[in-house]
Amino acid sequence: MTERKIKVETLTRVEGEGGLYVRLQGEQVEEVRLEIYEPPRLFEALLRGRPLEDAPDITARICGICPVAYQMSSVHAMEMALGVEITPEIRRLRRLLYCGEWIESHGLHMHLLHAPDFLGFESGLAMAKQFPDEVNRGLRLKKHGNQLVDLLGGRAIHPVNVCVGGFYRIPSRNEFQKLVPDFEWGLNAAIETTRWVAGFEYPELESDCEFVSLSHPDEYPMNEGVMQTSSGDQIEISNYRDEFQEQQVPHSTALHAIRKTTGRPYLLGPLSRVNLNRDRLSPAARKLADEIAFEPECRNPHRAIIARGLELVHSYEEALQILRDEHSTKEPRMTYEYQAGVGMSATEAPRGTLFHRYEIDTEGKIVEADIIPPTSQNQAQIEVDLKAWVGQVIEKEESQAARLCENLVRAYDPCISCSTHFLNVTIERS
Amino acid sequence: MCKPRLAVFKFASCDGCQLSLLDAEDHLLAVADAVEIVYFPEATSHMEEGPYDIALVEGSITTPHDAERIQQIRKDARFLMTIGACATAGGIQALRNWADKDEFMQAVYATPEYIQVLETSTPIAEHVQVDFELRGCPINQYQLIEVIRSLLAGQTPRTPRHSVCLDCKRRGTVCVTVAQGTACLGPVTQSGCHALCPSYNRGCYGCFGPALQANLVSLSAQMEREGASKAEIAHKLKNFNAYAPAFRTESTRLVQLEGDQRR
Repeated sequence: MTERKIKVETLTRVEGEGGLYVRLQGEQVEEVRLEIYEPPRLFEALLRGRPLEDAPDITARICGICPVAYQMSSVHAMEMALGVEITPEIRRLRRLLYCGEWIESHGLHMHLLHAPDFLGFESGLAMAKQFPDEVNRGLRLKKHGNQLVDLLGGRAIHPVNVCVGGFYRIPSRNEFQKLVPDFEWGLNAAIETTRWVAGFEYPELESDCEFVSLSHPDEYPMNEGVMQTSSGDQIEISNYRDEFQEQQVPHSTALHAIRKTTGRPYLLGPLSRVNLNRDRLSPAARKLADEIAFEPECRNPHRAIIARGLELVHSYEEALQILRDEHSTKEPRMTYEYQAGVGMSATEAPRGTLFHRYEIDTEGKIVEADIIPPTSQNQAQIEVDLKAWVGQVIEKEESQAARLCENLVRAYDPCISCSTHFLNVTIERS
Repeated sequence: MCKPRLAVFKFASCDGCQLSLLDAEDHLLAVADAVEIVYFPEATSHMEEGPYDIALVEGSITTPHDAERIQQIRKDARFLMTIGACATAGGIQALRNWADKDEFMQAVYATPEYIQVLETSTPIAEHVQVDFELRGCPINQYQLIEVIRSLLAGQTPRTPRHSVCLDCKRRGTVCVTVAQGTACLGPVTQSGCHALCPSYNRGCYGCFGPALQANLVSLSAQMEREGASKAEIAHKLKNFNAYAPAFRTESTRLVQLEGDQRR
């Protein structure tokens, strides 16, 4: 039997640096590796000994695309350790900030990173010549997300306005309302975008993964809830570390995340969130999901771009509601006294659940930090799905098969800088 | 005439600085038109080998492999510009430069021996000659566009080196230190953020690194008079630009002084 290898040296249109390695023996897929060679930056180690107030600023630097998720998970965890109760107004504004990040990240991923795969272009920029309206719309949607994070967070990349207890300053009602006309346009454009991507041609692929996401009784999950799984389990955040476990697998030196109870990988992200919380999407997003006949439990990872579109619509609708609101926020932030303790929190980054846990001492210093980013948790599931997918594209010529594999990896919107916690080292086998 | 060939490279970093280019929505298509983007993995699957006219480099050098990779990029690039605090000053990950790297690795990885990393996280300029350094964590996208524009026009790029304080005055932001006693690195930090943090009611935390002629010793003394301990001030300097010479020297001095006092 002949041995074949499919290699993608550098994954493109993803955040961070990684590669892909597939080994075939005849028609058999012997090995699939998502290789992450992003250098480790050792955040958990360098956080130790620093003031707890540094956590939102420093952990934001783990990722330039989803800094809000890092800031939100860290402030919630610190507040739990300190016993701080935030006001409903601060909570709403945190959701608004999160909407900004979802709009920015989903807008970018859908138009500039993922859509080119379906339309046969090497980039969004190259796509602009033939699809100028769509690319310009994407840039404008992304800009809205940035504008919102800019206003409430101070700047779009590594916002400065988030702190333990709330915000340093709350923008005026007038500043919020200035965004309303743009966001009204954006809501319609997001609906158009979702209809557009729903019309793409999707390859068949069934993932048998377990879907996992935060879930909240009355709202679409973003910054609070329990971990809901498609097999019906509900897991309190305080049990996160017991239920989701990093494990070493025989074929790789990388740590992979699995469910402890089943020993199997799981999937986080927009597909999981929509599958598990569809009834809590905003009215326009729910109506749209029905209109485009989005499956009640979509198992095709290629179609995650549609789930992303539904979340884009949701984010616009929820953001508009908050932007139009009368803001009566007298207290931008809650005060606190230092006390030793442990705090943890999970929030929904655009690409999946992000877990933080901190131990702090009586002087407000970080003793231990633990961060589990979504991409490292998705890594094992991506490999499982790739294995199935390789079986389908095995007939294709080498470079085309490699391209099709890369397309699938992009469907998960992996955030590799975040995931270096789980650095993968290749060992060649003959 | 051939368009200048632009390449974007990443080392240890968060991707935020190269994202600034994609975030320049209003200018992005114009930039893409003015240059030929021949290597930019975050944005395009189209990849060409060098030589490059302009190489933008994000991230710091933290692995033996990356220490080699930057040498080749230097050979391939006519004009090499670092973008951001990681590439220019070693980034937040340079905090390992004061620590035991092996202990750091053990704290994060179950099997640290599988992963090769250097003892230090260092700026690009410690490895190869750099033609221009664009500061910031993250960089300012308008500065990036302006620097690319001036390169295309054959001009030497410039960015202001004055301190954040001047920008606060221009904006009409009331000084957070004078009015509220908030510790602020504005007097010693380079302009570039439009004096952002004070306008959000907090002290500057030094994203753009030391300003030209920053007087760190004087600022530390002032912060101490206002009640901050040497250790607290050192923590403020040991941030995203911790390894930038002026910040590095002063935080080391403070830590040493504190040690002497304890003895």
